[in-house]
Amino acid sequence: MTLLQLSGYLLFSAFIGYLVATLLFGGAIKQSAQKGPRTKWETYAVAITVVSFILNVGYFVTRWIHVKHAPVSNMFEFTAAFGMFIVGAFLVIYFMYRLPALGVVALPLAILVIGYAAMFDRDVSPLVPSLQSNWLTIHVICAAMGEAIFAIGAVAGLIYLLKNVDTNKRTKQSIALEGIMYTLIVVVGFVVATITFSSMQYESNFNYIDKEGKEASITYTMPAIWGMNEYEQLDDTFTPLVETPPVINAKKLTTVTWAFLFGTVLYVLIRLLARRSITNMCKPLFQRVNSQLLDEISYRAVVIGFPIFVLGALLFAMIWAQQAWGRYWGWDPKEVWALITALFYAAFLHLRLSKGWEGKKSAWLAVIGFVIIMFNLVAVNLIIAGLHSYAA
Amino acid sequence: MKMNMCECGQQNPYGTHLCIQCGRPLTDEEKEKKVADMRYEGSAVRSKTYNASWIDKVWNFFSSVKVGVALIVITLVAAAIGTFLPQAFFIPATEENAGAYYENVYGTFGKIYYALGLTDLYTTWWFQVIVGLLGVSIIVASLDRGIPLHKSLTNQRVKRHTSFLKRQRLFAQGSNDVDLQQAANTLKQMKYNVRTEDGAVFAEKNRFARYGAYVNHVGLIIFLAGVMLRVIPGMYVDDSMWAREGQITAVPGMDGYFLENKEFILELHDEQEQTAAMAEQGVNTVAKNFQTNVVLYKQPEGALPGNTSNLEVVQEYAIRVNHPLKEAGYAFYQMDYRLNDELKTMTFALTNKETQQSLGEVTIDLYNPETSYVIDEQTRIDIIGYYPHFTGFEEGEPQTGSRFPTNPAFLFKMFTPQTPEGETSFVGIQQTVEPLGDNAYQMRFVSTEFTDISGLTIRLDRTIPILFVGAIIFLIGVAMGSYWQHRRIWLLVQDDTLYVAAHTNKNWFSMQKDMKRLEEAVQLPHVVDQLDEEPQQQKGDDAQ
Repeated sequence: MTLLQLSGYLLFSAFIGYLVATLLFGGAIKQSAQKGPRTKWETYAVAITVVSFILNVGYFVTRWIHVKHAPVSNMFEFTAAFGMFIVGAFLVIYFMYRLPALGVVALPLAILVIGYAAMFDRDVSPLVPSLQSNWLTIHVICAAMGEAIFAIGAVAGLIYLLKNVDTNKRTKQSIALEGIMYTLIVVVGFVVATITFSSMQYESNFNYIDKEGKEASITYTMPAIWGMNEYEQLDDTFTPLVETPPVINAKKLTTVTWAFLFGTVLYVLIRLLARRSITNMCKPLFQRVNSQLLDEISYRAVVIGFPIFVLGALLFAMIWAQQAWGRYWGWDPKEVWALITALFYAAFLHLRLSKGWEGKKSAWLAVIGFVIIMFNLVAVNLIIAGLHSYAA
Repeated sequence: MKMNMCECGQQNPYGTHLCIQCGRPLTDEEKEKKVADMRYEGSAVRSKTYNASWIDKVWNFFSSVKVGVALIVITLVAAAIGTFLPQAFFIPATEENAGAYYENVYGTFGKIYYALGLTDLYTTWWFQVIVGLLGVSIIVASLDRGIPLHKSLTNQRVKRHTSFLKRQRLFAQGSNDVDLQQAANTLKQMKYNVRTEDGAVFAEKNRFARYGAYVNHVGLIIFLAGVMLRVIPGMYVDDSMWAREGQITAVPGMDGYFLENKEFILELHDEQEQTAAMAEQGVNTVAKNFQTNVVLYKQPEGALPGNTSNLEVVQEYAIRVNHPLKEAGYAFYQMDYRLNDELKTMTFALTNKETQQSLGEVTIDLYNPETSYVIDEQTRIDIIGYYPHFTGFEEGEPQTGSRFPTNPAFLFKMFTPQTPEGETSFVGIQQTVEPLGDNAYQMRFVSTEFTDISGLTIRLDRTIPILFVGAIIFLIGVAMGSYWQHRRIWLLVQDDTLYVAAHTNKNWFSMQKDMKRLEEAVQLPHVVDQLDEEPQQQKGDDAQ
């Protein structure tokens, strides 16, 4: 067994461990009506989370040794590490406040993030010169830690909203909340779609004309719903329904469309079977959690995460940029989105401290902050950065 | 200044909500509140007190948190809009063609985006004005709140009025059977600063956390000021150069310095296949190392500009990405390269046109051609004219565009035993002119050698130390305000009743843990969170 295989197994074990721990945390919050010390469910849930987290760190370390640089250099590595940091941040906040309800949302979120990561190419990619720096390790890990702590803030905010938003009435808030749940299911849809088509070994080849007017070729791994600009199909597979202008990457658009199709089918199935909205299904889980405690945890997580995020995503990034390119700031889209994230949380803190935004308002801001982080991870990497890549 | 007298006799500045001395509410608005507004300790905040003159109005505008947050959000949204399409400095088109490029590639949206000036959003006057206003807002708001807050925090008395204690968020009262001295000792063990007066205990912890916001704002202002200093001449130099292998080039923007490119090295990763992960990231090269081995020279004192004799070696260095060469505040960055891009030498054979027999070959260094190349005693070639960048003839004279050999041409005079007088020939790429009639000999082109060129950026940024200091102060301030909480506990015995009140600037559950510890050590009435609307019962479960 090579070190790389070992690291793969460790990640998979951690993944399974998190699944088990989620169920145990679910049991724990049902039991916590009884007073007194922690229930057995909770004890086991925490123990399994800790063990799985150690396995997860094992993945990180073994892969680091194998690839000889911090495994945060491509989409798979970064996203997987982000999932791991979410669990780490959850454990830190859990031991501060001992609130098992957090685990019921934080662990599935980490599972989703790691699952999403696994859909990307897991090959070891050599580092281009600009990435060969210790700042890769320091900057990326620090920024990811900050984001992971923000994620726990969003988790507590989400639980707060699930508990306190009246989901039986059709209000902006209840619809938005259901929208968040739907988006999470779309991520599951992406994972299911990717696994489905890759197990079929689906492949479809095209030639097309790119936006610079040059000929290029592309291989789809999902049935092409959207065709590239002036495409020419090279094999007898599903024919694209619509041709797109050259500026659109129809392959990525196709992947997104499949994710939505699978996600929507999944969502409709769940709703038909349960005959309730997802928010209403989750709501009973959190009825006994103290709202003020959730509010404090959500805010506390943001406050803990903010200095770490600014240090990692802005200051360390600037130092590295100065060293690699001679300018600490270049208005690169990824840089700009790190700044946007920091500005958003700065606005959050001012609204909370000076305008007294607590409760629902604060919870929504914590959730929106995480949406921005995910946008930065998913969209900026896959759509915007496609136009100007860091590594080029 | 107008003053407001409290029942306790203390004179408070007009606009004070809570008496500095005893904490009694002074305004009607404050009296009606169930829990005192402790945000700025109830001190007189200028912007909340005066609103008469235009100065007040400007001051109040900039000190408003609402305005500050609005400015943050506008900056955020503008910054986001700037990422919709690549900014003009990223696109592969010149400034004149940028408009056409956006329209061609992104259609109507691109055209509008360009027309609105969003392709250079971050350098537009309005974006910079917004950031400037944000800076003003930070300064004004900090002065507006920070100074009165500081005054209140440094003037705290041990004994507060019961109305102040009763209106704290965490409060309890009970019969007086508590040993205050013991409570004070416990609080000391809990690392509180404790002050006592007869019948009263005041314990305080981490007061400095309240200053975090002001410290980080100072850091931000230093940072923004540092960014602005760039416009001062000499603070910032940004230049670039192409360093040709084997050549010594004057360094632009760095007077008296010359750089020799000894060698440019490009190394690739062994495994040259592009993985899908790399394709996903837009990485199409598998470069491992870009490196330029250079020697940096300096002219001796008093040398004439451009005089490259007697250069002194300053340092030898291998410039790589992430490893710039640093000298005298300047830094040289590896930014670009062209392999085999430029002509370095040309080799010709002096050939008899009829017999095609060569009398010998000469290799001409295109950067430093010699005036005469001697093959043997009777055979030599003189260069009477060299045109490195030949652009054509004007009035019979060959013209050159620059000193770089992009299209070299020569005016040769060839001497052979057969033609001792010499024959004149103009030789360019794929072009030979014999201006003085048919020659017996020609310079036949044999081969060329190309050279690698390395693109280096030269930067000097004297603002960096200021930015760094600003950033560090900012982070220290943020950490102060984030990781510590200002916690206070008041105990007061009056008329045989014990009053317990506690305040923290944030994290009330952690404050309650402190209270619990205190209550366990000395029998105190259990404090109640007066803002908690949910029944107490549950909290015991979750917050332990």
